[in-house]
Amino acid sequence: MARVRARKVLPGFGLSLGFTLAYLSLIVLVPLAAVFLKTATLTLEAFWQAVASPRVVASYRLTFGASLLAAAINTVFGLLLAWSLVRYSFPGKRIVDALVDLPFALPTAVAGISLTAIYAKNGWLGQYLEPLGIKVAFTPLGVLVALIFIGLPFVVRTVQPVLEDLDTEIEEAAASLGARRWQAVRRVVLPTLFPALLTGFALAFARAVGEYGSVIFIAGNLPMVSEITPLIIITKLEQYDYVGATAVASVMLVASFVLLLIINGLQGWTDRRSARAG
Amino acid sequence: MATATTALGGLRSGAARFEANTATRDPAWVKVLVLSLSIGFFLLFLLLPLIAVFVEALRKGWSAYLAALIEPDALSAIRLTLLTAAIAVPLNLAFGVAAAWAITKFDFRGKQLLITFIDLPFSVSPVIAGLIYVLVFGAQGWLGPWLGAHDIKIIFAVPGIVLATVFVTFPFVARELIPLMQAQGRDEEEAALVLGASGWQMFLKVTLPNIKWALLYGVILCNARAMGEFGAVSVVSGHIRGQTNTMPLHVEILYNEYQFAAAFAVASLLALLALVTLIIKAYVEWKASQLHRHGEAP
Repeated sequence: MARVRARKVLPGFGLSLGFTLAYLSLIVLVPLAAVFLKTATLTLEAFWQAVASPRVVASYRLTFGASLLAAAINTVFGLLLAWSLVRYSFPGKRIVDALVDLPFALPTAVAGISLTAIYAKNGWLGQYLEPLGIKVAFTPLGVLVALIFIGLPFVVRTVQPVLEDLDTEIEEAAASLGARRWQAVRRVVLPTLFPALLTGFALAFARAVGEYGSVIFIAGNLPMVSEITPLIIITKLEQYDYVGATAVASVMLVASFVLLLIINGLQGWTDRRSARAG
Repeated sequence: MATATTALGGLRSGAARFEANTATRDPAWVKVLVLSLSIGFFLLFLLLPLIAVFVEALRKGWSAYLAALIEPDALSAIRLTLLTAAIAVPLNLAFGVAAAWAITKFDFRGKQLLITFIDLPFSVSPVIAGLIYVLVFGAQGWLGPWLGAHDIKIIFAVPGIVLATVFVTFPFVARELIPLMQAQGRDEEEAALVLGASGWQMFLKVTLPNIKWALLYGVILCNARAMGEFGAVSVVSGHIRGQTNTMPLHVEILYNEYQFAAAFAVASLLALLALVTLIIKAYVEWKASQLHRHGEAP
């Protein structure tokens, strides 16, 4: 009863929802639909040729492979960083905590040229790595480094709040039952963090798959070797191959939508899990 | 649960609470190991790239640094970036408030789907964000012939840049407001109306004070992304120097011309913007937690 009345009492429903739907359709939905409508004008054969040529397939392998690896590395170190920020006191902690979000705030092109300056042959670290036979800039390894940079905050920021809200009682109970510290962490704490870790992993992965700015400077962009899929789209556009670019884009969009659905499911799981833990 | 955490935090702030408790305290060697791994990772992947921007920018000295910033093409890139943000941010602010109001204060079918759609731009590659406007407004696009006949340029011109920027920054304000307004409920607004406030008074005197920190937070994040967007803008800009170059695109051009110090000089302005954004963010978070604690005290 109260709900029905509330709907009538508060003003602005029609205006706010109308504006929201109109703006959403105009800016997001209709233009996105253009990708699929344009792709639909292709014959199946032409579509397949555009999205499954060896050069494009090599770019999928690099984009998705490097994104997976970067997200996995970020999951491990993101957990350690979140753990350090929540559980330990150390000097400079507030600065570290604030700077974790740097990849969200720093324009990708800036990150790209900076990482290149660090890892190029005569760069800050490159000059020491190159004699060891480790080439980072202008190789797939460079792509990985850039994707680690841009994905780093995701795991930290999804795990940190869950770790903060985690009741110390379950660890106390584990300890009082004779569990060693490591056992308590592995059997009690980590399973509670698992949904958040997985969500952070998926967010970092999804972001990495679409990333362009930070990668293209450090990647070297060699076809078949270090060329990412978003760059393939740009290259096709620059050659006025709008249809080809759109076909590849539709493949990436479908991948993004699937990831978005998975992430939504995972976030629901994280929320339910932490609600129960509390 | 949040109350319990805050109360505990009040007694013993932050990590001290865990380090004083034998059940949650890690052995000293574990602490040293975890801290060196995580801080090492932080220094290598976050702090080093940030420092590198400023050191490389000043490699040729202050006069070269300033010269790179006041050169006409750099100035016009800065102007275009400011203009783009000045249009995109207010638009997404208005949208964010409207969307959050509709979603959190009313019940209707398809709400969850609407929230998912609002988040959509975050999961779309920036390159595709640019491409979709080329497909709609480009010379070969849906509206291309009509726009051409009326001599209206959107792609490879400023309107395209603004549109692409609006797309990539679309969810920022809405996604900060929705969880907060959901948690705050409708009671205060309803009370204001019952007490005779008009709709507008209710919004300004009740809703706005409740959401101002989240609103500010969303706006600064939106602004940082709007000024720094590269991929989407790169597709629709056409890279015409002095006309359709934003700061990130200007950085790219200088870099590709091997003018490294100048590229890093312009990049350092963007890095400063990022730092200011993070400082405001930290302040807003601190302020919001103060408010939260204060609100729960009585």
